[in-house]
Amino acid sequence: MKLSSEWLLTDSPETKGQALAGRAWRMWLALLGNPLAITGLVIVVALVLVSAFAPWIAPYSPIGQDLENRLLPPSWAHWMGTDELGRDIFSRVVYGSRLTLMIVLLVAAISAPVGLILGAISGYFGGWVDKFIMGVTDIFLSMPKLIMALAFVAALGPGIENAIIAIAITAWPAYARIARAETLTFRKAEFIDAIKLQGASPWRIIFNHVLPLCTSSMIVRVTLDMAGIILTAAGLGFLGLGAQPPLPEWGAMISRGRNFILDQWWVATMPGFAIIVVSLGFCFLGDGLRDILDPKNEGKS
Amino acid sequence: MSEKLLEVQDLRVTFPTHRGDIDVVKGISFDLGRERLAIVGESGSGKSMTGRSILRLIRSPGRVTATKLKFDNIDLLDQSEKQMRALRGARISMVMQDPKYSLNPVLTIGEQIGEALRTHQNLPRKQVHDRVIDMLDQVRINDPDRVAKLYPHEVSGGMGQRIMIAMMLIPEPDLLIADEPTSALDVSVQAQVLDLIDGLIQQKGMGLIIISHDLNLVANYADRVLVMNAGEIVEECDASALKDAQHPYTKGLLAAVPRIDETREELPTLDRSQWDAT
Amino acid sequence: MTAIDLKDLTISYSSVPVVHGANFSVADGESFALVGESGSGKSTILKAISGLNDEWTGEIKLFGEKIDPKNRTDISRITQMVFQDPYGSLHPRKTVDTILNEPLAIHGIKDDGTRVLEMLSAVGLDKRYRFRYPHQMSGGQRQRVAIARALMIKPKLLLLDEPTSALDVSVQAEILNLLKKLRKEQNLTFLLVTHDLPVASFLCDRLAVMKGGEIVEIASREQMTKGELKAEYSNELLGVHAQKLGA
Repeated sequence: MKLSSEWLLTDSPETKGQALAGRAWRMWLALLGNPLAITGLVIVVALVLVSAFAPWIAPYSPIGQDLENRLLPPSWAHWMGTDELGRDIFSRVVYGSRLTLMIVLLVAAISAPVGLILGAISGYFGGWVDKFIMGVTDIFLSMPKLIMALAFVAALGPGIENAIIAIAITAWPAYARIARAETLTFRKAEFIDAIKLQGASPWRIIFNHVLPLCTSSMIVRVTLDMAGIILTAAGLGFLGLGAQPPLPEWGAMISRGRNFILDQWWVATMPGFAIIVVSLGFCFLGDGLRDILDPKNEGKS
Repeated sequence: MSEKLLEVQDLRVTFPTHRGDIDVVKGISFDLGRERLAIVGESGSGKSMTGRSILRLIRSPGRVTATKLKFDNIDLLDQSEKQMRALRGARISMVMQDPKYSLNPVLTIGEQIGEALRTHQNLPRKQVHDRVIDMLDQVRINDPDRVAKLYPHEVSGGMGQRIMIAMMLIPEPDLLIADEPTSALDVSVQAQVLDLIDGLIQQKGMGLIIISHDLNLVANYADRVLVMNAGEIVEECDASALKDAQHPYTKGLLAAVPRIDETREELPTLDRSQWDAT
Repeated sequence: MTAIDLKDLTISYSSVPVVHGANFSVADGESFALVGESGSGKSTILKAISGLNDEWTGEIKLFGEKIDPKNRTDISRITQMVFQDPYGSLHPRKTVDTILNEPLAIHGIKDDGTRVLEMLSAVGLDKRYRFRYPHQMSGGQRQRVAIARALMIKPKLLLLDEPTSALDVSVQAEILNLLKKLRKEQNLTFLLVTHDLPVASFLCDRLAVMKGGEIVEIASREQMTKGELKAEYSNELLGVHAQKLGA
């Protein structure tokens, strides 16, 4: 069995695996045709690689102080300059990518499934279940995300773990709304009726038949939200409620650099730049994924 | 029939895919006078694409090419999008399959029909209103004053389709393209709607292209029939001579329809290998 | 034995009654059609029998067993349904194989794939379609998959909701032949809903003509083909079809 594009694109796959691989390959081909999405993908892959190989990429320790070399401007020795404790900003930004990636992944891993499942249940059952779940989400949605995250962190105590939990708590209601809206569009569809008539239980219908249809729009939404999560995390860090020193969290770094913003601009600018690039990367990728995963585009090949 | 309203020569509609370009209409030619022409075929035969390409309504990345595509001696392929917009509705109109999707849900029926007229002619409000009521009356809607004030969701499918026809005919076009105008309707309403189209076409001396999957239905309402299969015209004949059709595809289509006094144990199905080269 | 027995069935949608006191029974192995135009309530009866609508009063008996609308027993092994729209009735993200295996999985039937292959061949689909997605198939092929799915767990009664009205005539002929063949082979009872009298004539032994939520007339196929329908509306409907077919 050889892996050729012919094998992948065949109209009559012989096994389940081939059918799945074929679908994935078609999506990949579609992604390749979208330059902006590729830009986003490159940035996101770069983020993953940088955080994976941070010890090899960073020339200095992210926390090692060198008071002799405080607040040096960017140079060949220190590409992004040094901060008020003489730490190499480039190394800190590189290590900081690990924190950013961790925050983003954990928030997504907690809030997306919770929102997805609650939304699907709400949309599928309707009635008072729907009213109750949507009431709760509305309460959450009615408050600004950052303020609510702030309140949760204040209650839980500052620290990166609590920041992640706080952001996750504020993120799920939006996903529940989307999953519910999505579920409502095909709750009355004939294929759901058909599965009902086969004797499937409501839970089986929700998990096996409704959820798989919500996931693609969820993936898109989560990817687009990554930028917002990064900004919220940075905001918490900036306010001193997220990662605690000496952790090289980008938001916290900007916060420290604020004191020197007029004379030593690089201290705050470099991590800010990193936040913008990564946020944009996720936005581009999310936009591209939306075009590809949109079920209306499928089957036109 | 000497005057040629529409001349089509070697019309192709092409769509690019992963595996190269695919022609969904493969170089067809036909002429149309002020007469009633039916284009019949099954899904995927290219019949709707043919209708849409005359109005240049094929969406990108689809392409329309032809050695000749002339309406009333205007080269349609040469027209700018702006010029096409002036032609559409005013001189060539199209009635689509399902009135539910073709009517704007937030405008009343009177407003929509009036809009169709005002887009192409500058008339005082009073005159527009009178024309609208008159047109509704022509499509045999009782109490047109009341219906003009209704919203699309307040009318039945059959009435919706009559309203569509009113909207399409009010600017008095020379050619009407009706794409499956009755397939969303009940059988008893189908005949009424087709009778209506037929009457108005004859009365105004227009050309009509009626696109349908239903051979028996259109045979009663057309002068000539083109049968399309896989992007090609396989048979062209007078509607009255349809029963003596020559091509196995046409014969197969006619035979596959069950009858009320059905005695066949099994319906004949199309053996596509008979004429498909592939 | 009677497969379906309806007594004084009144069905509502959001408290508005749309079918008024319908009575008929269908014998085991019989093929029965409900014909009428849109809004006549023919599909509504099908939905009430299948359980997709529980808002009804009266009595429904399937193979002698009474159905309680408020506390339904699982009738999926007795009866299955084929829907009108082959594009909407198959899950868009699942392969034919998964779609066909689902009923087996729901009922805990162990199978190594032979049943899927068996049903594919019974509905005349080549086994290379087994791992295709619905969007990679034509309407007729999808409807074959839907029929195969309905028959996976060997029900005795098949509810057919306009199974061919979304298909081309040549494909309609194929599906009608297939349904006729399967009924004979597997001894099925059919309850067909259609607006198309000739289709009912081809597939059914008896029919009920419906209008405005009421059954106007119940007649045999022979009565219809010989033009011996009694009700005025039935003849009106018949006349429209005859005119269309140019007879």
